[in-house]
Amino acid sequence: MSCFRLENVSYRYDKALVLNGIDLRLEPGEILGLFGHNGAGKTTSIKLILGLMTPTQGRVSVLDGAAGDPHVSQHIGYLPENVMFYPQLTGREILNHFARLKGASLKQVPELLEQVGLDDAMNARVKTYSKGMRQRLGLAQALLGKPKLLMLDEPTVGLDPVATADLYRLLRKLRDEGTGIVLCSHVLPGVEPYIDRAAILTDGALKAVGDLVSLRRQANMPVTLSIEPANGSSALEKAIEASSAGNGLMIKKDNGRLQVDVRPSEKMALIQDLLSSGEVQDLGIHQPTLEDVYVHFIGSGGLAHRGGAQ
Amino acid sequence: MNSIWTIARKELSDSLRNRWLIAIALVFAVLALGIAWFGAAASGQVGYASTPATIASLASLGIFLIPLIALLLAYDAIVGEEEGGTLLLLMTYPLSRGQLLFGKFLGHGLTLAFATLIGFGVAGIAIAVLVEDVAIGALAAAMFRFIVSTILLGWGFIALAYMISVRVSEKPVAAGLALGVWFFFVLVFDLMLLGILVASEGKLSPELLPWLLMLNPTDIYRLLNIVAFGEGAQLSGVLSLGTDLPIGPAGMWFALVLWFVIPLTGAWALFRRRRI
Repeated sequence: MSCFRLENVSYRYDKALVLNGIDLRLEPGEILGLFGHNGAGKTTSIKLILGLMTPTQGRVSVLDGAAGDPHVSQHIGYLPENVMFYPQLTGREILNHFARLKGASLKQVPELLEQVGLDDAMNARVKTYSKGMRQRLGLAQALLGKPKLLMLDEPTVGLDPVATADLYRLLRKLRDEGTGIVLCSHVLPGVEPYIDRAAILTDGALKAVGDLVSLRRQANMPVTLSIEPANGSSALEKAIEASSAGNGLMIKKDNGRLQVDVRPSEKMALIQDLLSSGEVQDLGIHQPTLEDVYVHFIGSGGLAHRGGAQ
Repeated sequence: MNSIWTIARKELSDSLRNRWLIAIALVFAVLALGIAWFGAAASGQVGYASTPATIASLASLGIFLIPLIALLLAYDAIVGEEEGGTLLLLMTYPLSRGQLLFGKFLGHGLTLAFATLIGFGVAGIAIAVLVEDVAIGALAAAMFRFIVSTILLGWGFIALAYMISVRVSEKPVAAGLALGVWFFFVLVFDLMLLGILVASEGKLSPELLPWLLMLNPTDIYRLLNIVAFGEGAQLSGVLSLGTDLPIGPAGMWFALVLWFVIPLTGAWALFRRRRI
């Protein structure tokens, strides 16, 4: 059973093509990061999976059923961006209301409120809540009824660093228990350690999908080596040039260390040459981060010369 | 059914919490008692005049107040959820649009029904206890008829408010349109009918004219409560057309029921087409 499957899905809003031929799936026990610029189609994709809209073209299946079917929605947890609640009700009353709608046991409510750290505030009206508290209530709401598919849109907005770490720890636990999780966020360095796969959307098209290793491979971005010379930087530079055989590697000096950008395929050969040359005191390897990869894919859409090289 | 009741009970507890229910009941009770005691003041006496006169005055004032209260209660049912940011979330739950709308209707409808029952019920009991020579049986029957028709009239305007609420995307617009609906049915419609009547100079089919009253729930409501007292009931203005209606009270009750069923169905159809 897949958590969801989008097959060649397109969606038009009036005349505009919002999504164009998306193929994407999520399996249980997996955290998928869904990234893209504003208006790239993240929210539309989520709404299609939630069954709030039907695709113009293609197939959407969710938890082996149809999107929007009540038996399916019962097993989906969703935290919308900027979640809002009835201001005149208390946190506990709101969670009771939503638990009833979802057919979830009311016994969960105090447990969930404690889990998100709202046990002290659960009898206060939501209009007195801070942004972070509302966000945590939204999270508790999404967790009602132990969902098999959890979709979180910007879940860390307004959360302090400790609460953010707690959230990610919780998500990891849920994933290990078999929940499929979709995480939309603009805070890429924050989510990077926690996602299993990333999907990058631009202008309604899926630019790249995969785990970080395969995305790095697809992007073919240089790895940066940070090298501390053993016998002066000029000797090290010579060794680098000798190894790269006139490939013209980018070399920058930084605080007495040399920063060298090297293609992933040539990385190991260079490192072996340098180590055997005896010019290396210390070596650091910096892989492109999720953010670097993201910028690479998003940027390549706008730059014709780079897009052509792909 | 469970989800409908969950939505309804939230609406009901909201109107208890924000004192709407008790406020409406209080207004109705004060209105009813005021009219019962001072309704005949114009003819130079204070005190209970008669049951038909009291009910007729109540119905005449009721057509101003009840639609207004119903519209105020319900105009933001859907657009308010959207502006509050909860509509999107609700629609991701195992809850259809129909269930949400009918749940709201049940909640708002029960709020109005309880308020009417308490407000006018208390007034009726007060009249029965305090006025010495009132015929209790006739009073109870008239009050019962009045309360049930008031509830139906209110439901009609709640449903009309929903038709607005599911269409627009901003609360102030919904409020403005709701006021427009009130203005049309309560003030403009009868004037228009009167105008048509005079301008047509009797050329319009006399069989058709009385039916036009059925196009306005407030007219049906007044007819129901005044005509019920039989011959000698004073029907003024366009309502005098009602004496020519070939349908009896049963038909008018049915028409009043249709007046909430049809707009509610319409609101449902419109809501299903709304983009979220």
